[in-house]
Amino acid sequence: MGFVSKLLTREPRSKDIARQRLQLVLVRDRQSLSPGLMQTIRDEIILAISKHLEVDEDNTKLTLSQSAGHHRLIVDIPLQGRARRA
Amino acid sequence: MAARVITITSGKGGVGKTTGVANLGVSLALEGNRVIVVDVDIGLRNLDVVMGLENRIVYDVVDVVEGTCRLQQALIRDKRLPELHLLAAAQTRDKTAVSPEQMISLCDELRQICDFVLLDSPAGIERGFQNAIAGAEEAIVMTTPEVAAVRDADRIIGLLEASEKSPPKLIINRIKPDMVRRGDMLATEDVTEVLAIELLGIVPEDDNIIVCTNKGIPIALDGHAGAGVAFHNIAKRILGEDVPLMSLAQEPRLLGRMKRLVGRG
Repeated sequence: MGFVSKLLTREPRSKDIARQRLQLVLVRDRQSLSPGLMQTIRDEIILAISKHLEVDEDNTKLTLSQSAGHHRLIVDIPLQGRARRA
Repeated sequence: MAARVITITSGKGGVGKTTGVANLGVSLALEGNRVIVVDVDIGLRNLDVVMGLENRIVYDVVDVVEGTCRLQQALIRDKRLPELHLLAAAQTRDKTAVSPEQMISLCDELRQICDFVLLDSPAGIERGFQNAIAGAEEAIVMTTPEVAAVRDADRIIGLLEASEKSPPKLIINRIKPDMVRRGDMLATEDVTEVLAIELLGIVPEDDNIIVCTNKGIPIALDGHAGAGVAFHNIAKRILGEDVPLMSLAQEPRLLGRMKRLVGRG
């Protein structure tokens, strides 16, 4: 059984491993290389939300997080004044 | 009449920039263009050796920017090709001996007297790289199909795109078709997929390059197949010609063997 399963399972080709590693490392490299970009994104998000809700700009936080190969942009916007209910 | 000024850069060292500059310079000259190749790797002079012109250097790029000599005195004519000249790097100084502003002035002077200026960038992203791109409008990024080289190329592309030059183009160098076929080397598509810039050309790994560097004869002069042809094709594409990419034998192994048995491989 071991012999047959060896025939059936294919070891990943090293170039496929290289490709995956390359894609991951580049995603990470590229994110950490735009110091101005985070600020721009933050400003635009605040602007967009401010059209509808009062936003505490100074305490608005954007964070990049990474877990298990997934990257997330987490936006934390404290609201002030009275939130309008739809 | 002003020349096109192109920097060949990479980020990572050892991917073949200097060989590329030498051979693209030769290939463009063979197509009838006046070409000046400039070694911007101050302190680690190499382009002269690859071209076999190391014994002819009297003045170098630092002498020119410091005014020790006139530009014409520093340009070494390649006797094999009347329209190819080399401006060598200094060997006893370092990257701080030249500034980006001085490189801009130098390139402005050079562009009046030829059709192409090819700048051989050093590895890295610091002063040497800044010097190499300052005077150029176009950039070619060279990489090999390996994780480390492609990663560095990505960084360089980011810096080039931020620098308002024309969109950089890519050369993938030192491809080993057998390894690609076996799945042991990244294929062209794997590299272009992540770098996402226009592919200018691909060059196979070619042992003859070593032989040619030993002799000081750029492979593009030697008429070999393989890398020499690849560089010729890239030169033609630089000139605007639509040349199909070299087929680096992607056919399955058995078919290749059968072809060879029948005498058609």
